[in-house]
Amino acid sequence: MYAIPSIETEKTQSIIHQVNPHIQIKDLNVYVEDQHILKNINLEIPNNCITSIIGPSGCGKTTLLKTLNRLLDDSTEVKVTGSVLVNGEDIYGPDAEVTHIRKKMGLLSQKPFPLPMSIFDNIAYGPKIHGNRDKKSLQAIVERQLKNVGLWEEVKDRLDSSASKLSIGQQQRLCLARGLAVEPEIILGDESTSALDPISTQVIENLLIQLKQDYTIVLVTHILRQARRVSDYILFLYNGEVVEFGRSEDILLNPQNEITQQYVKGFIS
Amino acid sequence: MSNINRRLRKERIAKILMQASGIIITGSLFFIIGTILYKGLPYLSLDMITKTPQGGFYIGKEGGILNAILGSLYLAGLSTFLATLIGIPICLYLNIYSKKGSRISRFSKLVFDVLFGIPSIVYGAIAFSIMVWLGVRASLIGGVITITLLTIPIVVRTIDELIQTIPTDLNHVTTSLGATRWESAKVLLTYIKPGLFTAILLAFGRAIGDVAGVLLTTGFSDNIPVYLDEPTATLPLAIFFQLSSPIPEVQGRAYASALILTFIILFIVICTQYLASRQKKHKV
Repeated sequence: MYAIPSIETEKTQSIIHQVNPHIQIKDLNVYVEDQHILKNINLEIPNNCITSIIGPSGCGKTTLLKTLNRLLDDSTEVKVTGSVLVNGEDIYGPDAEVTHIRKKMGLLSQKPFPLPMSIFDNIAYGPKIHGNRDKKSLQAIVERQLKNVGLWEEVKDRLDSSASKLSIGQQQRLCLARGLAVEPEIILGDESTSALDPISTQVIENLLIQLKQDYTIVLVTHILRQARRVSDYILFLYNGEVVEFGRSEDILLNPQNEITQQYVKGFIS
Repeated sequence: MSNINRRLRKERIAKILMQASGIIITGSLFFIIGTILYKGLPYLSLDMITKTPQGGFYIGKEGGILNAILGSLYLAGLSTFLATLIGIPICLYLNIYSKKGSRISRFSKLVFDVLFGIPSIVYGAIAFSIMVWLGVRASLIGGVITITLLTIPIVVRTIDELIQTIPTDLNHVTTSLGATRWESAKVLLTYIKPGLFTAILLAFGRAIGDVAGVLLTTGFSDNIPVYLDEPTATLPLAIFFQLSSPIPEVQGRAYASALILTFIILFIVICTQYLASRQKKHKV
């Protein structure tokens, strides 16, 4: 069915040559309170694809995702070494400006968290803090992003009502639209569908598949079936180490490493 | 079977204990209000709230306690305003600017816990000795400074508790949209706005009711204060002085004054709750 490369590293190398990397992670180590959470991560995340990070609980999936937009900065006793290059620019470099880095990456968290304001203001918040004060332009952004996530028809008559009155599934789409409104290049999803019902999950997954034309998407998921449905590439993390990275069908159907095989078959979770 | 009976008995005992505490608390509230209404209402007159003490007021003759009502409102209002002005930035610094669980934030929280527990007479005594050293007489500003110091820990502790109830997601959302810490702080403030009123109310309640802090620092005067450096009457002290009098008329007026103080606080509680309920519109 699939040609099995002789050794794993060779396979990873071949992928790197095929794709255009958007994010390059080099020798990344993360320590939290003396615990070595991420160990020597080297990785190239391809452009305009969905890359899923899978692995058992506590393997460092979310930490890796948070490293990408420097959300770990606000915690004490976190030490990050190595570099993360986005478009070739090191986000941990001395000249890196943290708010600018975060603007490039939209985060879709586990549970939808609308800001305590109206639907309109939730979307307009990002553009406003980045200096857009023009009402017409803000209206256009809100409409475009709500249409983008398929929420416009449902909410166009109540843009001034509180965002918390939406259903959970609608709230998550609103949060996605809010993230897109600051025009990021990358979307980071941290188990973004785990609080949603199956139908809302499907809506979000389909949206992400559409959005990958314009964005690079990195998802953390603990649902293998979801990784199979949406991903182009899969990264398997175990104990803070990259065990295997490759095209989604290769990892799921034909894993090279024994631990990956066990995880994919459901023996470890 | 006996096991389930024992568990049900514990359940019943717990319920009775809770109901008993509820009854004791509401009972004492009604008892307090009842007492001051019974003893004070006959002495409550328009003069009480519109006039300052005239000659012979303290032996049962004409006048009112407008000086003390206004004095207390000025004192509590100014102190609460200053305490909020100083307290909110402290909370924002501890929760947004400094890293979570960092040494400085843990140490500051300990400091505020200690300050929270210091009796107001100690604040009063310290402020008094400083005033003596500076050669300042007992005055409104002396009281305002003392009461502000007293209420800052209350504001900080209450707002800090409020912020602790907010999921860290809120901060993640704003920062991942590229907000600076100050912009995140503004969203956080909108989020806790309804609770903010409660924090301010608690501080105001403590400020207007405090006796020990103002005893040494604010002094007492029959005139309505115009300038900050004038001695100022306060309601708790007015109650205290009148209550110590042997004349029944004056004692009755003490209860009427207590009634006025209670109504001021009640009025402020109702206003705060109304404002807070209006703010809940966009609460998540």
